[in-house]
Amino acid sequence: MNRLKGFPGDGGGNRIVITVIGPDRVGIIAAVSTVLAENSINILDISQTIMQEFFVMVLVADMNNAAVDLITLKELLGRKGEELKMRIDAQHEDVFNYMHRI
Amino acid sequence: MLTTEEILETIKMVQEENLDIRTITMGISLRDCGDADHKVACRKIYDKVTRLAGLLVKTGDEIAREFGMPIVNKRISVTPIALVAEASAAENYLEYAVALDKAAEAVGVNFIGGFSALVHKGFTGGDTMLVESIPLALSSTERVCASVNVATSRAGINMDAIAMISRVIKKTAELTAENDSIGCAKLVVFANVPEDNPFMAGAFHGVGEPDCVINTGVSGPGVVKSAIKKVGSADLGALSETIKKTSFKITRMGELVGRTAAKRLGVPFGIVDVSLAPTPAVGDSVAEILEEMGLERCGAPGSTAALALLNDGVKKGGAMASSYVGGLSGAFIPVSEDAGMINAVIDGALTIEKLEAMTAVCSVGLDMIAIPGDTPVETIAAIIADEAAIGVFNHKTTAVRIIPAAGKKVGDQVEFGGLLGRAPIMAVSKFSAEKFIRRGGRIPAPIHSLRN
Repeated sequence: MNRLKGFPGDGGGNRIVITVIGPDRVGIIAAVSTVLAENSINILDISQTIMQEFFVMVLVADMNNAAVDLITLKELLGRKGEELKMRIDAQHEDVFNYMHRI
Repeated sequence: MLTTEEILETIKMVQEENLDIRTITMGISLRDCGDADHKVACRKIYDKVTRLAGLLVKTGDEIAREFGMPIVNKRISVTPIALVAEASAAENYLEYAVALDKAAEAVGVNFIGGFSALVHKGFTGGDTMLVESIPLALSSTERVCASVNVATSRAGINMDAIAMISRVIKKTAELTAENDSIGCAKLVVFANVPEDNPFMAGAFHGVGEPDCVINTGVSGPGVVKSAIKKVGSADLGALSETIKKTSFKITRMGELVGRTAAKRLGVPFGIVDVSLAPTPAVGDSVAEILEEMGLERCGAPGSTAALALLNDGVKKGGAMASSYVGGLSGAFIPVSEDAGMINAVIDGALTIEKLEAMTAVCSVGLDMIAIPGDTPVETIAAIIADEAAIGVFNHKTTAVRIIPAAGKKVGDQVEFGGLLGRAPIMAVSKFSAEKFIRRGGRIPAPIHSLRN
C-alpha cells in the first residue's frame, strides 16, 4: 500500500491532492510539475501506479506560496489534461481526510 | 497518512457512483418580518432573504469546485409563512408567496420552502388563510414549496386538516393541469415534521431554530449500491456493516461541506440530513439498492425487511460521522425521482399498498406518487390519514406528496422533468372511506405504554 507523505492528520495546512488518470504516455510528470512550478506550488509527494492499463498518479502539493487559487489551478490542470488526453483534477486535502479519518 | 487507494476510492465515488451533496439549505427566520400591512411584510421578507442568502449560491459553487464534490442544489427554508403573515389583514397570502419566489429568483436558488402551516391540533385564522392560499400560490409561482403538518405523536391526527388539505391538493392539481399537475409536487403533508429538514419540498425553518443556519443534505444511493455489489453473497450482518461504513463516508462529506459553507457565510452550522436521496439518473436509485440486496424487483415480498436493514445502516453510519444529524435522515423512496421505483411500478411489482408498508420502516412516506385525476377527495384524505397513522403511532416522521394528475388515468404517465422526474399513474383502491373521513375531528394521541 502506498502511503503518501504530507498528511499529518490534523490538517490545518493548505495542501491539495492532484490526481492524474489516463492511458500511460511520455511526459506526464513533466507536464504536471511544470504547471505547478510555474505557479509556485511545492510538490510534497508523488505516487504513481498502473491500474489495469491506466496510469494513475497522485500528487500532494502545498499551496501556501501559490501564485494562483485552487479554482484557477484546477482550470490550468484541466486544460493540460485535455492536451495530454488525461483526466487531471485537484481537490483540497480536507475532502479525503474527512472521508477516511476521524 | 492517506493511501492512494483511499484517494482513488473517493474520486471513484464522485465520478462513477454519483456521490454528491444533494443540497445546502439556508434556514432563515422571518419572525421579525411580520407587519400589519402585508406589503410592508413582503418587502421585509424579500429584503431579509436576499440579504442573508445573497452569497449562498456563489459560496456553494466555490466549495463544490475546491472540493471536487458536486453540490446539486442551493436552497432556502423560511419560518412557516402562516406565523409571519398572520399579523397582517391580507385577504389571501398569495403576495407572500410571490415575495418568496422573487427573493429566490434574485439569489439564484431553485426552491424556497416554508409556505407552511403547523395545524396538527387546530387552525388559527392565519393557518386557514395560508392553507386556502396554497393552490393559487403553487400555481402562480415557480420556486415556492408548501408544507402542512397535520399530526404529531403528542397531539394526534387532525382529520379536519387532512380533509381540508386533500381538497387543496385536488385544486392545486387542477390549477396546474397544463403541466401534469406539477403544483402537487411542491406540496407535502407531514406527520411529526422535523424543523430542520433541508430537503424540498418539505423544508421550513422551525420556530426553535436560530435566526439563520446552514443545513446540508447528502445523497449517494449509487455509492451504497456499488459497495453492496462488492461484498457479493455475504450474509445480512456483513451487508449492514458495509452500509454503515459507506454511509459514514458519505455523511462526512455532508459535514465537511456544511461546516465549510457555514463558516464562509458567517452563520451557524445546523445539521446534516443523512438521507439516501435518489435521482432519476440510472444507478442513483434506492430501488436498485434493494434489488442488489437480492430482490428480483423492488416491491417484491422482502422489500420492507430489506429497506429496514438499509435505513438502519444508513442512520448508524451517519450518526457516527456527524456531530449533528437531523432532518429526515433515512432512505427516501419517492417514485417519480427514482428510476428503479418507476420500473418497479411499470412492471407491476410495486403498488401503493406495498409502498405504504415500506414507509413504516424508512424515511418520509408516500412520496411523489401520481394517482388518477378523478380520485375522490375522501380517498386522498384516507391515504394521507393512513400514512399519518403510521408516523404518529410509530413515533416517526411520515409524509405524503401525492399528485392526483388532472385528466390522467392508470396507464398514463406524468412528466415533471429535472430532479422531480416522471411517474406512471398508480392504481388506487376503488373502495370508499367517505363516511370515515366525513366524521371529522381529531384522532387522539396514542398511548405511550402497552407497546405492541
